Amino acid sequence: MSGIPHDHYEPKSGSEKWLERRLPIISLLYDTLMIPTPKNLNWMWIWGVVLFFALVLQIITGIVLAMHYTPNADLAFASVEHIMRDVRGGHFLRYLHSNGSSLFFFAVYLHIFRGLYYGSYKTPREITWIIGILIYLAMMATAFMGYVLPWGQMSFWGATVITGLFGAIPWIGTDIQTWLLGGPAVANPTLNRFFSLHYLLPFIILGLSIVHVWAFHTTGNNNPTGVEVRRGSRREADRDTLPFWPYFVIKDLFALGVVLVIFFAVVGFMPNYFGHPDNYIEANPLQTPAEIVPEWYLLPFYAILRAFTADVWAVMLTDWLTFGVVNAKLFGVLAMFGSILVMALVPWLDTSNVRSGRYRPMFKWAFWLFLIDFIVLMWAGGQPAGPVSANVSLIGSSYWFAYFLVILPVLGVIEKPLPQPATIEEDFNAHYGEGASTGNAKPTPAE
Amino acid sequence: MFKKLTITALTALILGAGGASAEEGAHITDFNFPFEGAFGKYDQAQLQRGLQIYTEICSACHGLKYVAFRTLADPGGPALSDEAMREYAATFQVMDAETGDYRDAKPTDHYPEGTYPGAPDLSLMAKARAGFHGPMGTGLSQLFNGIGGPEYIASYLLAFTDETKEEAGTLYYRNPVFSTGWSAMPPQLYGDDVEFADGTEATAVQEAKDVAAFLMWAAEPKMMARKEAGFISVMFITVLTVLLYLTNKRLWAPYKPKKEV
Repeated sequence: MSGIPHDHYEPKSGSEKWLERRLPIISLLYDTLMIPTPKNLNWMWIWGVVLFFALVLQIITGIVLAMHYTPNADLAFASVEHIMRDVRGGHFLRYLHSNGSSLFFFAVYLHIFRGLYYGSYKTPREITWIIGILIYLAMMATAFMGYVLPWGQMSFWGATVITGLFGAIPWIGTDIQTWLLGGPAVANPTLNRFFSLHYLLPFIILGLSIVHVWAFHTTGNNNPTGVEVRRGSRREADRDTLPFWPYFVIKDLFALGVVLVIFFAVVGFMPNYFGHPDNYIEANPLQTPAEIVPEWYLLPFYAILRAFTADVWAVMLTDWLTFGVVNAKLFGVLAMFGSILVMALVPWLDTSNVRSGRYRPMFKWAFWLFLIDFIVLMWAGGQPAGPVSANVSLIGSSYWFAYFLVILPVLGVIEKPLPQPATIEEDFNAHYGEGASTGNAKPTPAE
Repeated sequence: MFKKLTITALTALILGAGGASAEEGAHITDFNFPFEGAFGKYDQAQLQRGLQIYTEICSACHGLKYVAFRTLADPGGPALSDEAMREYAATFQVMDAETGDYRDAKPTDHYPEGTYPGAPDLSLMAKARAGFHGPMGTGLSQLFNGIGGPEYIASYLLAFTDETKEEAGTLYYRNPVFSTGWSAMPPQLYGDDVEFADGTEATAVQEAKDVAAFLMWAAEPKMMARKEAGFISVMFITVLTVLLYLTNKRLWAPYKPKKEV
């Protein structure tokens, strides 16, 4: 599939040939599983398998939870308590599901930052990247709606704040908001449709994930050097790659095991650590909580949303230029969605010919600062509104946009990259000794 | 280099988590509870004492509507004998959905809702008030010991001063631990408010800790089962991971020889 020469499935028995002529499904699975994979993938290439596990975990636990949950504003909170108290194993199942979203986002952030560092978004992998961003958006929508389902205080008020964003759209905003909520405010119709969509979206994520895998199986994996696998002959390709099964499956499963040890420790010993305590108070439309904060994984974008207040000069200028149509509220909403849009467009914003950040001395600084910026924004998003967090959010948001819109386009022009290895084999042998890539390296005896 | 990333991300999570529900500068004491930590267990005697305080004091106004009487006999909880639990349930009156009349509660019934207007239900209070963020606001205690709600409840019950104020016909009692600083609930625990069945001396601190422990159980009755399942999962996955590590090492050995030292 990837254009990298490798061996293919040969139906041997009569029944295999019979099936292959009608539906080449074994062939498809074989080629998918045996895809030639660059030998030099490091430990940051394991998050895809962790993400696949997280998706399956969420779907399976979610389906069982849905059997016991009641999507009704009067009964939802009590039905979650029913799961926690009366359903056999229900408490563990629910904690797996609620912490599963944290696992999912933790893995997706490392996955995205790996892609940003090693230039995995660059040609010819733009479609893989864009689909990845779509998956990420669907994940955010799913997580947000899932958080509403327990119908606690943070569920209710979080839903009120986030759907309120659509109200910022000029002229038709209020109508859109009413249409989304199924009424003038968050209420039973909102809960019903969120439940329905929360059940639907994971399957869309699954579908998109299959396309995501299909796309990078067409182009082949990126790797830490950013140098493409040689496709000229089978011999060269074999020097650069090993089949996904068993080499990378076992490696990824080992890494998944390490991640799951931590994950199950969280679920077993501190399952409420990532949640907000207010969500154990039933939703009360008459009582606003002291602070409304989203889950940790949405905090950076919440910070960007809140950063652009009416006293920022750029906001004042936009307000004036658009005759008040783009006011501070709309500006914040546009900034939040814009921050993900610029990330989606990074394949065209990054002008450098060098794929991997490993060989880009100036880019490295910008990248690590960008990562710190992400963490700082996460902190700022979790703080109650105040002058310090507001200024930090503003600086952080500015750097976010500067990274994509100024730094990446300019660096490609002014940066002098380091020399890159000619082949993956060369890089691999440099690490593991001459002959390593052919599998002929002899382990040195332990002293 | 990505190790750095993971560590920084984790640090950010720790620093970013949760908001204090107590008033600025108010002191929430880090009481020790036997159920803290990965291997902590509920203390049956403590839960029974806490149940007694709840029954004799709290239940006058508050409810526990998510807690079924039958669960009082469950192992790991107050673990009353079946007979004692039935007798205890019958001391409560609940509305029968079929007849529309009040009758004695049966084991399958839940505690009645609170009778006093404005008195919140206490079923989940220990999870809804994760008030202790120590040491020094880092939340590390929550990370390792649990949610921090029982610390808040015990501190709250002990923090009343003698000050009162009247607002719109309601009397408020000064309590620096409470979020607004003024609580509508008057102070309840002075010491010797109950006579413990097990002979423990009923100091105010003892009472506050015991009822906080009981409320933690009421909020999270499956805590011990959860920790046990978590421990078994971690053990099994650790073994599996070690095997996968060895398999992976063997598999890659021809390609990745040991580096010469």
